[in-house]
Amino acid sequence: MDGKQGHSYVVALAGNPNTGKSTVFNGLTGLRQHTGNWPGKTVVQARGHFKYKGQDFVLVDLPGTYSLLANSPEEQVARNFICFEHPAATVIVVDATCLERNLNLVLQVTEITNHVIVCLNLMDEARRHRVFIDVPTLEQELGVPVIPTTARSKQGLAELKEAIHLVSSGKLTPQPVRLRYNPMVEEKIAEILPRLETLPPVYNKRWIALRLIDGDSSILEEMEVKI
Amino acid sequence: MTLNQLPAGKLGVVLCITAEGPIRRRMLDLGLVPGTIVKTLRSSPAGNPTAYLIRGSVIAFRSNTANQVLIRTIHRR
Repeated sequence: MDGKQGHSYVVALAGNPNTGKSTVFNGLTGLRQHTGNWPGKTVVQARGHFKYKGQDFVLVDLPGTYSLLANSPEEQVARNFICFEHPAATVIVVDATCLERNLNLVLQVTEITNHVIVCLNLMDEARRHRVFIDVPTLEQELGVPVIPTTARSKQGLAELKEAIHLVSSGKLTPQPVRLRYNPMVEEKIAEILPRLETLPPVYNKRWIALRLIDGDSSILEEMEVKI
Repeated sequence: MTLNQLPAGKLGVVLCITAEGPIRRRMLDLGLVPGTIVKTLRSSPAGNPTAYLIRGSVIAFRSNTANQVLIRTIHRR
């Protein structure tokens, strides 16, 4: 299993803005973070660490974004980290009061990697708004673990750490439900895939093929730097 | 009709996004897809931009962006 930095598993924390992502970050790491800039970008990067069951984890707080595809500097940073740094696990913090809009990012991340955990945060606010979420069904529909939390009062964080541990160590490999596109797009993907054979095996080639179909040139630039 | 023609206080349902490129991508990311219900909230004093309620969020578009969203008006909720 890859995604290690020394003896620590690298875990990415993604999510829309205002989902309590930083509260989850602080709750997991106990504020043991230091901030710096993402290389070449004026986007702040926070890293923290925590220990669970004797294992060290490095938690990387990605910029809050609604998408990984619209090419703002923040979105590029988040996308490049998940795609090219292949973290051992990616936690996506979603707002339980506004699940519909948040699931877009979940879909985009699960297109890149299987090692995904959904942190269903702000459960207390959802309850107050009389929003009730059928967690087992959501888990089944997405094919990834869904952990309800109220990070502000530390509820669910122990369960979240356990899920991070299981996914990072490879004891649990989520099987996200993948989208099939229309035949025209699928044909093009099949056409492009053989030409991506020479890429390192950790790269998700189907996803890269989709970006090329999108006409996303920033992905090519990024790969030129990486390879 | 297009979204910029939807009067304040009225509801519409998205039929199609004619925008392309990054603007289309951004609209889709905000949940503006065919079938989405949109409400015009209010316009700025100069009439541009205009605030819309989309899936529980208030989003502002300029009229030359909102005119790239085709809608049909709907009456009452």
